[in-house]
Amino acid sequence: MSNVKKRKLIDKGFHILVFLTTLFGLLILSILLFDILKDGLKWINIEFFTNFTSRFAEKAGIRAPLFGSIWIITITMIFAFPIGVGSALYLEEYSDDKKILTKIIKLNISNLAGVPSIVFGILGLGIFVNFLGFGRSILSGALTLTLLILPIIIVSSQEAIKSVPKELRHGAYALGATKWQVVKGVVLPYSLPGILTGSILAIARALGETAPLIIIGAVTFIAFIPESIFDKFTTLPMQVYNWSTMPQTEFHDLAAGAIIILLILLLGANAVAIILRNKYQNRIK
Amino acid sequence: MKKIVSLLVVLILSVSVFVGCETEGEEKSNDTKKSEELSGSIEIDGSSTVYPITMAVAEEFQIGHEDTEVTVGVSGTGGGMKRFTIGETNISNASREIKEEEAEIAEENGIEFTRLTVALDGISVVVNSNNDWADDITVEELKKIWEPNSSVKKWSDINSNWPEEEIKLYGPGTDSGTFDYFTEAIVGESGATRTDFTASEDDNVLVQGVAGDEYALGYFGYAYYEENKDKLKALSIDGVEPTPENIGSEKYTPLARPIFIYVNNDHYKNKSQVKEFVDYYLNNGKSIVPSTGYVALTEERYEEELNKLKELGTK
Repeated sequence: MSNVKKRKLIDKGFHILVFLTTLFGLLILSILLFDILKDGLKWINIEFFTNFTSRFAEKAGIRAPLFGSIWIITITMIFAFPIGVGSALYLEEYSDDKKILTKIIKLNISNLAGVPSIVFGILGLGIFVNFLGFGRSILSGALTLTLLILPIIIVSSQEAIKSVPKELRHGAYALGATKWQVVKGVVLPYSLPGILTGSILAIARALGETAPLIIIGAVTFIAFIPESIFDKFTTLPMQVYNWSTMPQTEFHDLAAGAIIILLILLLGANAVAIILRNKYQNRIK
Repeated sequence: MKKIVSLLVVLILSVSVFVGCETEGEEKSNDTKKSEELSGSIEIDGSSTVYPITMAVAEEFQIGHEDTEVTVGVSGTGGGMKRFTIGETNISNASREIKEEEAEIAEENGIEFTRLTVALDGISVVVNSNNDWADDITVEELKKIWEPNSSVKKWSDINSNWPEEEIKLYGPGTDSGTFDYFTEAIVGESGATRTDFTASEDDNVLVQGVAGDEYALGYFGYAYYEENKDKLKALSIDGVEPTPENIGSEKYTPLARPIFIYVNNDHYKNKSQVKEFVDYYLNNGKSIVPSTGYVALTEERYEEELNKLKELGTK
């Protein structure tokens, strides 16, 4: 009897322990959110969106970095999504796993995912800014961030593609479908929710990056909105960093305001991906 | 299923459109470089210390010059010089003088430049506001504290009347221009310092550190002291307090530190928008600089700087 009691006690204890660990993360998050909302919310008004940055906190806004971030993230996804999903499809569906080359590629992609972002910045400066001559433009920034998030998209897409049940594939092949038909009709629709989840994480990462963009020469003061991918730009995280190092405390609150907008932008991007994901998930069922 | 395919097709198409753009873009970017000169872009990069001043000037300049496009980056003095000495930027913000190596690169590339002093910063030596023993410190005492292998461990090691408590030191990191200037002016050699102090590139961290420790001593730019006067106390150096007046008249020696911009002579002569901007900078420095937390030069000093440019002449 006592043995049973002891086992049940341990069971309950473990339950509480894992609950507390979950609570810990949530607690930190809510403190962070509370702190940011407390400092930043009062600064968010219409002018905050329509004004460029200023040396006077009450006149400063995020017009340039907001547009810069939207430009950067859109162009980055246009490059990163097809290339990433394409690579994952090749690696999972077409390449021969036993070949050394495939193994080397797979190993390298996983390693790339762990490379510090500033290294990608130096690479982007060398290749896109100087060698290809794109200058310190949105295009250079987006391509650099594409390199940065490609490994994340590839690895998560690979996992999603791997999770497609063998029976489905075999069923399709048994009906005489070609590889392309299987990819198009079975693999992609089934794995799309997973692929989209990975892409959400990748967008989040790209949206928050500062270091590589500073390296490739994103500017900090800019009082016009970029009109093409060859224009100069700044992004929200760069503006946040700049404001938070100012001596005046009002700018620190302003930085919190910009963080709120960054979070909303992030949630918006995530929401779109989640809606898309649910749409495809439901269709499969 | 068809939707997925069409989605993919759209994505692939958009990518190929962009790839097409890229090659076109290369030609275009050359074209736009030329037309940009006419429409008036002014490219500035460099020190983050100088950034608030140049940004403030750019902000005012853009009002009434809406067709010009001023951009200011913060690559650091060194990073900015790299771009300036190959002619990529028109103006470089610098919190120190150009280095010999950098000047050599500029010469190799045929870049001639003019150094202009645009403002002053008084590096402030600060202690906690609860510190009731120290009000003044001499340059020798500062040297004794900060020199490499310093023997100063306690406040009483500096002055026997001061408490026998451990002194906690805060200072900018080695990448900072403030650090270079302070070590040069106080220790006598740029970069020479004791190493057992709390260093941060973010001056707000230093402010927090000194504000939270009764036995702390630190140094950073005047703007950060001015914004935190309620939490900090600045020491006078050899009897001179760091006030805007004393810094502006350069009485606050040796820690009144000049803030520079470097202007590409050729761009100044041949690009009207660059000339406009630099002239505007020096003509309005007196009124704009104080709003950034830095100290403006005297009227005469701005005149002197303007005269340097007059000798260049314009086409």
